[in-house]
Amino acid sequence: MSAELEIVSPGAFASIQDFGRLGWRRLGVPVSGALDRRLLRIANRLAGNAEDAPAIECFDGGQRFAAHEAPLRLAVAGAAVLELEGPDGTRRPLAAWRSLTLTTGESLRVRRIEGGRLAVVAVAGLAVTPALGSASTYGRAALGGWQGRALAAGDRLSATPVPPGPDHLLPDPPPDATGPVRVVMGPQHDHFAPESVATFLAAEYRIGSAADRMGLRLEGPVLAHRAGLGHEIVSDATVPGAIQVPGNGQPIVLLADAQTAGGYPKIATVISADLARLAALRPGETVRFAALEAGTAVQLARDAEAATRALLATIRPLAAGGPDLAALYAVNLIGGAIDARRPDDAYPDTRS
Amino acid sequence: MAARLLDLGDTALTVEFGAHIGAEPLARVAALECACRAAIAAGRLAGVIETVPTFRSLTVHFDPLATSAAELAPELEALAAAAGTTEPPAGRRWLLPACYEGEATPDLAEVARAAGCTPDEVVDLHIGTDYVVYMLGFLPGFAFLGDVPERLRLPRRAEPRQRVPAGSVAIATQLTAIYPWESPGGWHLIGRSPAPLFDARRARPALLEPGDRVRFEPVDAAEWRRLDAAVAAGELDPAVWCRDDGAPAAPPDRKRSLPGGNRPQHGADLPLPDANGGAQQ
Repeated sequence: MSAELEIVSPGAFASIQDFGRLGWRRLGVPVSGALDRRLLRIANRLAGNAEDAPAIECFDGGQRFAAHEAPLRLAVAGAAVLELEGPDGTRRPLAAWRSLTLTTGESLRVRRIEGGRLAVVAVAGLAVTPALGSASTYGRAALGGWQGRALAAGDRLSATPVPPGPDHLLPDPPPDATGPVRVVMGPQHDHFAPESVATFLAAEYRIGSAADRMGLRLEGPVLAHRAGLGHEIVSDATVPGAIQVPGNGQPIVLLADAQTAGGYPKIATVISADLARLAALRPGETVRFAALEAGTAVQLARDAEAATRALLATIRPLAAGGPDLAALYAVNLIGGAIDARRPDDAYPDTRS
Repeated sequence: MAARLLDLGDTALTVEFGAHIGAEPLARVAALECACRAAIAAGRLAGVIETVPTFRSLTVHFDPLATSAAELAPELEALAAAAGTTEPPAGRRWLLPACYEGEATPDLAEVARAAGCTPDEVVDLHIGTDYVVYMLGFLPGFAFLGDVPERLRLPRRAEPRQRVPAGSVAIATQLTAIYPWESPGGWHLIGRSPAPLFDARRARPALLEPGDRVRFEPVDAAEWRRLDAAVAAGELDPAVWCRDDGAPAAPPDRKRSLPGGNRPQHGADLPLPDANGGAQQ
């Protein structure tokens, strides 16, 4: 038997992503993949999937999902405010950072996302045909995802009917990181006057309205190119996190769907450990940058990986015999899904 | 010139050979990429994910959990120094149909004015040149070809178009290209080609790869539409336009049209798409 997940609404934006499409950048194919890989790994582990399985990356909320044919196991990672709607129209708030069983006739809404723009909804056994080795959606070339495009209302994705076993939760979601976003200078910081490099590292930049999976346009003090070098280079390769500065002096941070090479000088590159933080900033929010050496950035990447693994190791089944048994049981009888209540009650709207 | 190594964050290193487009940096980039592949095949350069050649540099993407720029730099410097003298592998040769008539040529008259010649002369200059694929980028399968004759070298349009049709043959500066997908674009559109530059179902998804050689062959508007439809229907294998045998491309003949059937010059090493129009990856 198979089951289907219906995209009742894709909300602001939703697309299928995994760890990205590696090995094809020499042919101009962007790497794509989840903007916040940690959220993808948590959601997949909660749902019982492999960490790198394809899942649904949601921007800014508004998404709504329904199960057809058979119940599905979903899991949500990210500071999402969720609501479960029953067949009779009753609505119930639900905590994120956990898995849940979505029965036919029910729907799950991502009402909004607090503390960032991103949440990942994993579906146990979600079946997506990979293209060039990845299920990640890259719409410009119709690669991966659902029919090569972002999700739209009415799409129905195949998945495994809810597998046996309990739902799981992440007891202590990761805190929001603070402080400046760290960068490695270059590769073309020598195209900028020293005062501009100093400005870049001292000033506050605002996220512009053009912010999507390709990149973020920043607004702030103009960064002047060094006289005589101009504001273009002979195109060379980019990475997600590269900060290019076109002729108007306003930086653009490239993200997962950005082109593989570009002709604007790159003043600095965001370190891999901090990139997801930046990608989650909303238009209007601000950011500061701080420089460090590439060797330090590598160590920070390894520290971040160790921290993520430690976090994943804390995922545990929702205890059937825990102190909130009565509440869980009552909810379960009504909706077929259970509501994780955090001990510190940090999300007041999870009270049922 | 010694290679310069540049950090690209904590996940990539760029090995740069100067700041200009040309045959010499192109050869050095190709030779270094070839040497990297050999090193990876021999179990070295652990942690390297992929390499990306551009006009004048090779970028080495790596997994910072497995290696670092500090670990890779000495080996890449040694490879660059040793590879500098080796001959890069020869690319394939292509003779690609292009239509330079009517609706296919929105900017041809303007280019002719800027170049101080007639539209026919622009076409003759464009088809009379052997181009090399410098690199791919901008869009999947988008190949930067060069060099266009001096007379046709124009800056990009002041106002980029929001929509450039897929298949557009375009020029800007010393470069020419075919747009693989509809996209925004700032180059001058002088023709249309039915050649499908990218198809993920093919074993080699990009029709043109770095180091390949390309020449354009003019077809009339009816032939362009016929070829375009045949490609779209999966009835025409773009490998028919590959001339791998190393023979010089046929001299341009503006009256001739291309046969739709198979040609004998298939490259021996070119995997052919299956009946569904492509080999699955």
